Amino acid sequence: MTDITQSKLEQQSKPRSQWLDVWDQFSTHKGALAGAGFFLFVLLAVIFGPYVWAIDPQYIDIRARNEGMSLAHPLGTDQLGRDTLARLIRGGQTSMAVGLTAMLLSLVVGTLIGVLAGYVRWLDGPLMRLTDLFLALPLLPLLLVIIMLFRETLRSALGPEAGIFLLMVFVIGITSWMQTARIVRGDVLSLKEREFVLAAVSIGTPGRRIILRHILPNVLSPIMVSATLGIANAIITESALSFLGLGFPSDFPTWGRLLFDAIDYLQQDPGRVLWPGLAISLTVLSVNYMGDGLRDALDPRIRGR
Amino acid sequence: MFDYTIRRTLLAIPTLLFISLILFLLLDLAPGDPTAQLPLTIPPEVKEKIRESLGLGQPLVIRYLLWLQQFFVNEPLHYLTEITGWDLSGDRQRVLSWQSRSPVVDIILQRLPQTLWVVGMSYVVGVLIALPIGIISAYRQYSWFDQIGTFVSMIGFSVPTFFTGVLLIVVFSVELGWFPSIYDTTHVVDDWSSFLFQVKQMIMPTMVLALYNAAQISRFMRASMLDNLNQDFVRTARSKGLRESTVVLVHVLRNSMIPVVTVIALGVPTVFGGAIITEQVFKVNGLGQLLITAIQANDIPMVQSLTFIFAILIVAFNLIADVLYGVLDPRIRYD
Repeated sequence: MTDITQSKLEQQSKPRSQWLDVWDQFSTHKGALAGAGFFLFVLLAVIFGPYVWAIDPQYIDIRARNEGMSLAHPLGTDQLGRDTLARLIRGGQTSMAVGLTAMLLSLVVGTLIGVLAGYVRWLDGPLMRLTDLFLALPLLPLLLVIIMLFRETLRSALGPEAGIFLLMVFVIGITSWMQTARIVRGDVLSLKEREFVLAAVSIGTPGRRIILRHILPNVLSPIMVSATLGIANAIITESALSFLGLGFPSDFPTWGRLLFDAIDYLQQDPGRVLWPGLAISLTVLSVNYMGDGLRDALDPRIRGR
Repeated sequence: MFDYTIRRTLLAIPTLLFISLILFLLLDLAPGDPTAQLPLTIPPEVKEKIRESLGLGQPLVIRYLLWLQQFFVNEPLHYLTEITGWDLSGDRQRVLSWQSRSPVVDIILQRLPQTLWVVGMSYVVGVLIALPIGIISAYRQYSWFDQIGTFVSMIGFSVPTFFTGVLLIVVFSVELGWFPSIYDTTHVVDDWSSFLFQVKQMIMPTMVLALYNAAQISRFMRASMLDNLNQDFVRTARSKGLRESTVVLVHVLRNSMIPVVTVIALGVPTVFGGAIITEQVFKVNGLGQLLITAIQANDIPMVQSLTFIFAILIVAFNLIADVLYGVLDPRIRYD
């Protein structure tokens, strides 16, 4: 009798990991699934695109300038005859690289400050005041000012590409960690009082190990959600800065820069603004949908309903 | 409540001072010299005098304190003088722009109306669109209206304003020719046709910002309504036999508005920031455009004052949001 129920139980409940549950919930959200698919597609296109579409984005073919869509140039060419598709792929590389690294930087800073503020009591006050202070800064004007002031120095020190890339990533990362820090701090504060942390403390686990083994895995879900929002924010900020003419130089395309350059040709070739704009918008849209789905999937109260 | 307001206001002062210090240090420590652009034919000793006249010779602390005095004492006194006619300011030094050598605050006041018109109007329009959409989509959750509403707000939230703006220009100015693509700030409204023109040129920049704001606020409104619709007091209200419109529009809406009102207040300064981009797209010569040109010209007093004014706006509206929350929701008052 007991054997039968035992085997029945085993049949019914195959071992399921938490992440399988999360995936199940995630895949019920159609928008999130589509968003993740599109984001993956953009990522792959940007990484492997140059091998498939092998035209050099810097190659100037002045006789083929301002062309519309054709078989040789599926998305047309710009005023110097450079292939728009190739430039879009190259621009995507920069935009995605800036987005991902800036997001990582802001996550690391945000998580570090959040965990420290939540776990170490005497650091809580000062760190949260710092966070409030950063939230009160006028970010876009400040970004513009920082970039304007330090652009030339970094460019001459590290070269035009690496210098501006580092500046962008640093500036975006350092101004977008506050939300993550606040959420992580709140979660850490409540986790700290839970029994399993108490148990770990009582057997003499050092603080560093408690944070790494017991607290960080449990705050992973809000971190993941803010990671997706961070990518969206970083991509938008980078293209906004490039759009204002304060981002990457023109021979080093990003999506925002391509859009900015296309505006001068709005009368002649209105279609040209469409492609980089669509690339930015669709990527951000897909990332936001992904974030929505992740938030639902990682919330155990919603999961399984 | 009064205590709470006073305490919050006093806390805002050190924040503002600290922000001003950060801004000052940032601009001061940065490489770049305002006299670097001057012609090389100017002899070095004259150049040194120019530097001194710009106030660059003194130590950092003195310059910071002087700037604070100029910004917080001299400028208000000057305006009191203008309004009342009493001579309060004397010959106190005002904050001068390095570009035009005229007082920074005067230039900012010249540009303010354009920004306020476009930004303020777009925020009002955005809120007016967002509230009904949020209410209806929450009340009819998962209906087609809700599906479309959330999809559109997701789009409005994701598509950057510089793309929607350019897209509108392509469609309505280049292709259809309905609206002008450049905002004419010299335009004077004195009769019906010039008023129509003003409306026409305001439609596109206003709609771009309104869509963006409406997207964010309607998401909040929907979430907040959904939180309240399942509460016990709603069931009680229904079981008392109240009309459905009373239940939704009085019992639920009033409670749902609490967080939304604070979000609306918090959003005002970010709209000023976002307007920088929209102003650039439609060539509105407001505050954002002033900031960009000042940055490009290395006009440090102007950049400093403008960024600091943005900071004051943020701190002030944070304060307003906090106090409003206390007024609307007695549970969170700290007294």
